[in-house]
Amino acid sequence: MSLTLEQVRRVAHLARIEVSDAEAESTLGHLNGIFALIEAMQAVDTRGVEPMAHAQDLAQRLRADCVTESLGLPALARRAGFQDVAPETEAGLYLVPRVIE
Amino acid sequence: MKQWEIVIGIETHAQLSTQSKIFSGSSTAFGAEPNVQANAVDIALPGVLPVLNKSVVECAIRFGLAVNGEVAEKSVFARKNYFYPDLPKGYQISQYEHPVVVGGKMTIQMGQGDSLTEKTINLTRAHLEEDAGKSLHEDFHGKTGIDLNRAGTPLLEIVSEPDMRSSAEAVAYAKALHALVRWIGICDGNMQEGSFRCDANVSVRPFGQKEFGTRREIKNLNSFRFMQQAIDFEVQWQIATIEDGGRIEQATVLFDPDSGETRAMRSKEDAHDYRYFPDPDLLPLIIDRQWVERIRAGMPELPAAKRERFVRDYALSAYDATALTASLEIADYYEAALAVAGNASAKPCANWVSVELAARLNKDGKDISAAPVAAAQLGGLVARIADSTISNNIARKVFEGLWNGEGSTADEIIEKQGLKQITDSGAIEALIDGVLAANASMVAEFRAGKEKAFNALVGQAMKATKGKANPQQVNDLLRKKLG
Repeated sequence: MSLTLEQVRRVAHLARIEVSDAEAESTLGHLNGIFALIEAMQAVDTRGVEPMAHAQDLAQRLRADCVTESLGLPALARRAGFQDVAPETEAGLYLVPRVIE
Repeated sequence: MKQWEIVIGIETHAQLSTQSKIFSGSSTAFGAEPNVQANAVDIALPGVLPVLNKSVVECAIRFGLAVNGEVAEKSVFARKNYFYPDLPKGYQISQYEHPVVVGGKMTIQMGQGDSLTEKTINLTRAHLEEDAGKSLHEDFHGKTGIDLNRAGTPLLEIVSEPDMRSSAEAVAYAKALHALVRWIGICDGNMQEGSFRCDANVSVRPFGQKEFGTRREIKNLNSFRFMQQAIDFEVQWQIATIEDGGRIEQATVLFDPDSGETRAMRSKEDAHDYRYFPDPDLLPLIIDRQWVERIRAGMPELPAAKRERFVRDYALSAYDATALTASLEIADYYEAALAVAGNASAKPCANWVSVELAARLNKDGKDISAAPVAAAQLGGLVARIADSTISNNIARKVFEGLWNGEGSTADEIIEKQGLKQITDSGAIEALIDGVLAANASMVAEFRAGKEKAFNALVGQAMKATKGKANPQQVNDLLRKKLG
């Protein structure tokens, strides 16, 4: 399997990554190189092997249902800290370019 | 004209009733100041890791058991990738190939009385995911405001098979599901606050055609009335479009309650290319069978089982049993009242709970959990009707007294206000004699064949007893005296 230039552009668009024509070309080469590796791996017989969801053979740990973040004034301070680095905020909200559907 | 069959499947997002979010220790309380309940995990600062909330998993297990689905021993969280400002990570953590609950069934009831029918709606799956934040489109000089308090709130998405064939069935399913999630305590069901919202997938096909028609998905239906209106409009629109020679394009639509119409959302061609893959930040969720069994042991009797038991043990009609099992609170109230009134009063007790009490609660805008008349008080009242201490009419007066706190038991109010029914026929006869003497003209009219005059005399007699006599007894005695 190999990708087309158009598919590379589409994936880049879905990931919101801007690629120039030259970058798309070189990326196509990189990605097809990866596909070639995968193709080689597909020669291995994996019948009866359960696909893994994670690289480690462990189970998810669970936490107790407790609110561990403080409320009230410390919460306002936390918000202020987060919003210090935001490009634009108003009335506690993050402002972003208008999105409407 | 072709006959069209309607096909509906429903996806429901039920917000789970937990204190904290699905992957962080932020509070899930509704109505806080914007962004004060959004911590580093919820706003997706680099380097943070999600840790799964145990109660969220427990809610999913409860649901799986309640619908007789399979609670997966192993399920996997996946990333659903899309860009939207209220989704700070650029992906939503959800479940895709391996959901926590597989299959299951819901029974819905349609119609009333003799025309009551039941239908089974099959469930495809239920999976856990996180909610997104909220976008506010008004008042920010051309910009959109983002509140991430809701980001990371736990949701159980419940997906039905396309088993419904009318808007009425769709609404019956949504109502049954709404009642069930509240019943098992996993969701507060508050539709105004968005705790329970439905998407309906609607298509039409000529009767007899095997393949489904192309569906359109109506998003975010947050009331049962809107669901019915939206589906009815959508179905008519699809049929008209096809009959006019058009084709249905798969689309996501929104319902506008003001116009009563559905309209397609502007959607990009890649809107549904979510590129799901297992989330490397989360290990597989393993649910051991002992945990499931412990939860099963603690499950309440479910609505369908309770309904059947009410019909079987209390000889109630299916209609009464359904009304009394509309919520766990109502069912518990009924049984607590019945425990005092005695099983022989099952039917009158049902009427008092579903008619008199319901109407009074409705009038004051109160929920049954805050009813001023406790179940035991109502049971005591019904017992006094059953043993003929008071008539049904007087009972309404006693009920009002209990409601207003004029006494702590029905007996106390009956005693204090002298409401005991007069059953001594000698006493009633004496009163009737007085009525007959004072209304000689009416007596004459009756003897002349005017039946109306008899009713007027009954009225006078009841008035003389201050409503405390048994009307049937007054009737009989009056007939005897005039006869």
